[in-house]
Amino acid sequence: MTTMTIAKAINEGLRATLSNNPKTLLMGEDIGPLGGVYRVTDGLIGEFGADRVVDTPLAESGIVGTAIGLALRGYVPVCEIQFDGFVFPGFNQITTQLAKMHSRSNGNLTVPVVIRIPYGGGIGSIEHHSESPEALFAHTAGLRIITPSNPHDAYWMIQQAVDCQDPVIVFEPKRRYWLKGEVDTATAGLAEDPFKAHVVREGSDATVVVYGPLVPVALAAANAAAEDGRSIEVIDLRSISPIDFDTIEASVKKTGRLIVSHEAPTFGGIGGEIAARIGERAFHSLEAPVIRVGGFHMPYPVAKVEEDYLPDIDRILEALDRAFSY
Amino acid sequence: MGATHLPSTEFDGTDVDDQLEAEAALGEPPVEMVQLLGPDGKLGTDAMFSEYAERLDAEKLRGFYADMTAIRRFDQEATALQRQGQLALWVPLTGQEAAQIGSGRASQPQDYIFPTYREHGVALTRNVDLAELLRQFRGISNGGWNPKDTNFHLYTLVLAAQTPHAVGYAMGIQRDQRLAEANGMAESGAAEPKAAVMVYFGDGASSEGDVHESMVFASSYKAPVVFFCQNNHWAISVPTAVQTRIPLSNRAKGYGFPGIRVDGNDVIAVHAVTEWALEHARQGNGPVLIEAFTYRVGAHTTADDPTKYRASSEEAMWRAKDPLERLEKYLRSEDMADDAFFKQVAADGDELAAYIRKSTYDSETPDIRTAFANTYVEAHPLVAEELAWFEEYTAGFAGEDTAEGAGH
Repeated sequence: MTTMTIAKAINEGLRATLSNNPKTLLMGEDIGPLGGVYRVTDGLIGEFGADRVVDTPLAESGIVGTAIGLALRGYVPVCEIQFDGFVFPGFNQITTQLAKMHSRSNGNLTVPVVIRIPYGGGIGSIEHHSESPEALFAHTAGLRIITPSNPHDAYWMIQQAVDCQDPVIVFEPKRRYWLKGEVDTATAGLAEDPFKAHVVREGSDATVVVYGPLVPVALAAANAAAEDGRSIEVIDLRSISPIDFDTIEASVKKTGRLIVSHEAPTFGGIGGEIAARIGERAFHSLEAPVIRVGGFHMPYPVAKVEEDYLPDIDRILEALDRAFSY
Repeated sequence: MGATHLPSTEFDGTDVDDQLEAEAALGEPPVEMVQLLGPDGKLGTDAMFSEYAERLDAEKLRGFYADMTAIRRFDQEATALQRQGQLALWVPLTGQEAAQIGSGRASQPQDYIFPTYREHGVALTRNVDLAELLRQFRGISNGGWNPKDTNFHLYTLVLAAQTPHAVGYAMGIQRDQRLAEANGMAESGAAEPKAAVMVYFGDGASSEGDVHESMVFASSYKAPVVFFCQNNHWAISVPTAVQTRIPLSNRAKGYGFPGIRVDGNDVIAVHAVTEWALEHARQGNGPVLIEAFTYRVGAHTTADDPTKYRASSEEAMWRAKDPLERLEKYLRSEDMADDAFFKQVAADGDELAAYIRKSTYDSETPDIRTAFANTYVEAHPLVAEELAWFEEYTAGFAGEDTAEGAGH
């Protein structure tokens, strides 16, 4: 066991995959000598050279597009998109090309590209630096989307993304980059399925499903609810596509109440998808409608008011109150 | 023919004869266009490229003619199949045979080709089964062939999206070569032949941002890639002048690599220029942009009506520059081919057309289960769940009279 931050855990995970697989390479803006704007790739260019840690031109479509070409040649590129709001110049390449290549080639071609995207708000930043666009990608068949919430998962999930034969987008909770935790670097970590949810706190009265940056928030809300005598189960979704509905369903059949919370706007979001599916699977177990706690239907607001936008402990507790009022 | 570098440039209107006037209006020196075989069927000379033409023996030239005839016949057959309702759509290439056969025949097996969606002639040169090529247009596949068999990638319908793929593939070739050198394979004789990538796009797609980004990446990393732009003068209904106010080949200057305009209806010149460019790239000298100056004689697709946007006189003017006719004139004048040859080539074309027709009629409609199977490489619970539902749903129709009632 080693204690490290999420940023360091991803760095170590990338170092491990670069060491283990000569076909892996990293590409992105400022990921070389600078080590990325969040220093996630710090030191890697010195160890692995400029052929494998590639500072690219400032062009997201070009980054993803050339990564696809490298993958067709047998490489496994890991692309860094500098910020969530800047992925959209590459959106066409991700959704019309990367996601469909295996399908449209009748299974003849694989493009195991990994795209890392720091996402989410709460860092007091300027426009386009705090967004949560995961639902836009989850709607696209052919992509897999995972998001670690702690250093241990961060260390292993980036390596598992590289090992996966499908394209994988790794959404990294940027406001938790400096969150410290224990990482078990023994290879047993590879046995954990990155596409399965984890029950991170057991409870019996209600279930709260969260992922990425909101996992600590939900755990704090569960602790606060415990003081009121409510036993809250918290699930860290970990994978946004596919979604591990089995784990959620089992929990809801036990608790009878479900809250889903994410920073992304609720309309058309992951919470709505979970609500619909759990409604089908566990209708008779539900004591209350599934309640979503998320961002509002507006462009991500300016930093000085983002606290009013982001789900926090009180908003999750308020949702729990509503769930218990039925 | 005297001068072989003919002046040419873009033009404001739809009258192609305005070329010289438009060029004069630019007030800049004319861009030279490499031409070896003129519309009159006479072979000129070129300081740089004649040596490439000299390597072409009679058999090679007859092969070019046979290829161009075959692909034109194929184009006619596919158009007919679309008219009969056998294909959903067809994208004709007539007029662009020399640009495609000349460049495709200049590539080597180890090179990798990224087409747009009109490169049927290039597909022929890469030994793609042309019956498989029609599967996409019949609606039974989104890519009817395995690119790994021929190093000819699938067609890409989102314009220019394949250009960064080509550059990335070329970056992979660079890394493979450096790894091989580091491992000492070059010295041991185990090295693969040097390879390059060629990517096709058109004058319309040249406006897409992906072309710009690709050229930036290619130039920055000196990637072994040839950008082959077929300027066929019309992006559906919009003339090239709306895409560019300078000759497209000039754009290469801005990226810092060579750009060449070649007469795209001259198969000998196209072959020469492409051979040079691919070798330039293979040897590690970086990318090249080739602009093949040609013309889409037919419609953009079978859903298009060119009479709405261009004059028939313009089409007639380009028909006079026909790539097949000029090569036929040359072959006959040099006694490289006789009537029997041309008769045989025509008969081979008819045979190809019959094969295409039969293959299309005989092609099987796929099962949607293959789409479930190919969405992901690895097992996916949502796909499995939806497939299980589909199986149960279709099983409910078992025993009904209408075999097609199963919803697929």
